[in-house]
Amino acid sequence: MTEQPVSTAELADRAHRARENVLAMGATEHGTHVGGSLSAVDILTVLYGSVLRYRPEEPTWADRDWFVLSKGHASAALYAVLAEHGYFPPEECASYGQRRSRLAGHPLRRLPGVEFPTGSLGHGLSLACGVALAMARTGRDNRVFALLGDGELQEGSNWEAIMSAAHFGLGNLTAVIDRNGWQITGRTEDAMALEPLADRWRSFGWSVVDVDGHDLEALRAVFGALPAAPDRPTVVIARTLKGRGVPIFEDNRKSHYVRLTPRLHERAVAGLNARRRNRT
Amino acid sequence: MTTAEERPAPVEDSWAALYQGAARDTYRRTLLELARTDERIHCVDSDMGGFEDGFAAELPGQYVNVGIAEANLFGLSAGLAAAGLIPFANTMSAFATTRAAEQLKLDVAGSSLPVRIVATHGGLSAGHYGPSHHALQDLAILRTMPQLTVLVPADAGETALAVRAAAYHPGPVFIRLGRNPTPQVHPEPYAFTIGEAVRLVDGDDVALLATGPLPVHYALTAARLLAERGISARVLNMHTIKPLDRAAVLAAAQETAGLVTVEDHLVVGGLGGAVSELVTSEHPCRVRRVGIEDRYLDSVGDERDLLEDGGVTVDRIVTEALTLLGAARSDSPDQRRK
Repeated sequence: MTEQPVSTAELADRAHRARENVLAMGATEHGTHVGGSLSAVDILTVLYGSVLRYRPEEPTWADRDWFVLSKGHASAALYAVLAEHGYFPPEECASYGQRRSRLAGHPLRRLPGVEFPTGSLGHGLSLACGVALAMARTGRDNRVFALLGDGELQEGSNWEAIMSAAHFGLGNLTAVIDRNGWQITGRTEDAMALEPLADRWRSFGWSVVDVDGHDLEALRAVFGALPAAPDRPTVVIARTLKGRGVPIFEDNRKSHYVRLTPRLHERAVAGLNARRRNRT
Repeated sequence: MTTAEERPAPVEDSWAALYQGAARDTYRRTLLELARTDERIHCVDSDMGGFEDGFAAELPGQYVNVGIAEANLFGLSAGLAAAGLIPFANTMSAFATTRAAEQLKLDVAGSSLPVRIVATHGGLSAGHYGPSHHALQDLAILRTMPQLTVLVPADAGETALAVRAAAYHPGPVFIRLGRNPTPQVHPEPYAFTIGEAVRLVDGDDVALLATGPLPVHYALTAARLLAERGISARVLNMHTIKPLDRAAVLAAAQETAGLVTVEDHLVVGGLGGAVSELVTSEHPCRVRRVGIEDRYLDSVGDERDLLEDGGVTVDRIVTEALTLLGAARSDSPDQRRK
C-alpha cells in the first residue's frame, strides 16, 4: 500500500524493471508467456503502484483490495510486479519454473499475493464475483479487480459471470481486459471474433471504459474514477500491444510463448532499453 | 413473513418428522435452521427449485441465485468462501461432477475452500428423466479430487446429521442426495461422524458395504434373507466415500469371508473401486462389486426399475454373498475362513 502518491515517472521505472524481470523469467529453462505478460505489465504496475489497497507484509489483511489474475499465463508479469511492490524479494524471480519454486507457469496459491490458483481460462471472473458479492453482503468496502485476457473471453463461463455481476449490481468489481488482440493461432478476430466488445459488455449491464493500456496516467485516471456507476460493475478495456516494450516481440503472434536463449535475451533487453531511451 | 411459531422445530425434536419427505426436503429445512443462527451461511442456488418459498423468502440476504450456470455456481461460491462466508452450492450431481468438474477441481477442491456442495438427483434417483440426469460416475470423479470430503447419507434423517456436520467441517464437502423419498435406515438420531462407517448389522460370515439410500436398504434386506439361511452378514453404511473408513473396511476384510459392495453408481471408480484399492494393498481379499454394469442406460423406468436393469438388486447381493462364502469354503474345506 502506498502512503504517498507515486509519480508517473516512478511507475514507469517500476514497469521497466518488471519488464526486465519478465524477460529474465523468459530466459529460464522452460521459458514463459512473454507476449501476454509484457502487454499486462503497465496495467499491473498502475494497480499495485497507485490503486489497490494492500499490505505486502500481511497478504491476507482483512481490509485489502482483491486482485485475481484470470489470465494466469501472465504469471511472470504478476510475479515481477508483486516482487517490485514488496511481496517477496525480486531475486526470487530467478527461481521461476524451477523445481519447488513458488513461481509456477500459472500462479500457485501458496505465493503471497495470489488469492486463487488460475491458469485454466474463464475462471477468474466468477471467483472475483463471489468475493465482490461477499463484500457487498457483509457491508465491507474492499474492492475486487480481475485481469482477463481478450482471447479468454471466448470461454463461455465468463459470460455466466458477466451476467451475474451485473445482476447482483457489483459496483465494487472491476474487470480489466488486456486487449492485445492476439491468441495462439492468430488475431482474436480471426480465431473467434470478440467485437463489438464494448457493446457486448454494455448490453450485459456493465459500465464500459476504454483506455490505452500502456498510458500510465490514463490508466491511473480511469482506475481513480471507479466505479463508473455505483451499482454496476465496470469493465476497463485496456488496448494493449502484445510484447509491449520489446520491439522484436511487439504485436507479434510468435511472442505468445518464448524461451529466450542467452542471445535472444540479450537482444530483447537491448531493445527494451533502447525503446525506453527513445521515450524519455 | 414467517413467524417463529410457524418455523419447523429443530431437528433434534423431530426425527420422525424428517421422514415425511425426501432427503432434499430435510436438507432444505436443516440448511434454513443453520442459516438462521449463522449469517455467514449462504444458500447459492442454480435454479434448482425448492428454496424460493422457504430460504429465499425468509433470508433473502443469505440467498443467491446464479441461474442455470454451474461453472459460475462453483467459481462464485469459491469466491464467497474465500471472503469468509459459508456457501452451500446447490445443483444436481450429474451437472456438478461432469459439467463443472474443472471448477470443482481448481476453484473448490484445489483451493480447499469451505464450499459445501449439495447435489441432488444422485445415482438413478432421477432415472425417469433419462441419461442426461443419471449421475453414475459422480463418485468416481469426486474421488479424484484431493482435499474434498464426499458424503452420501443413507436416509433423510442422516441427511440432517450430515449437513450439520458439513457446515463447520474444515475444507470443502460434497453431499450427494437422491431425489425421491427413501426408506428409513436409522430409527433414531446417532453420533454421525464424517469418515466413520456405521455398522447397521453385526455379522462375521460376510460383509455387505453399501452407500446411498436404496443400496443400504437393499443390503439390509439381503442380510435378512441371508440370516434366514443361517448366514450372518455384517452391514456397513458407508456414508463417507472420502475419506474412506479404512479401519472399518479392513476389519471387515479380516473378520469375514469377503466383501460385497453395493452402490447406485457404475462398478468402476465408486465405493467398490475405493474398497478394492484399499484391500489390494492392505489386506487382499475377495471383493464382489454390485453396481451399475458398464453400459449406457437408455431405457425408461423409475429408480428401482433402472437399478434392476443396471444390475443392482437384493437377489444379486445375496448371490454375490453366497458366491463369496462358497469360494471361502472351497479354500478351506473344514471350516469357514474367518
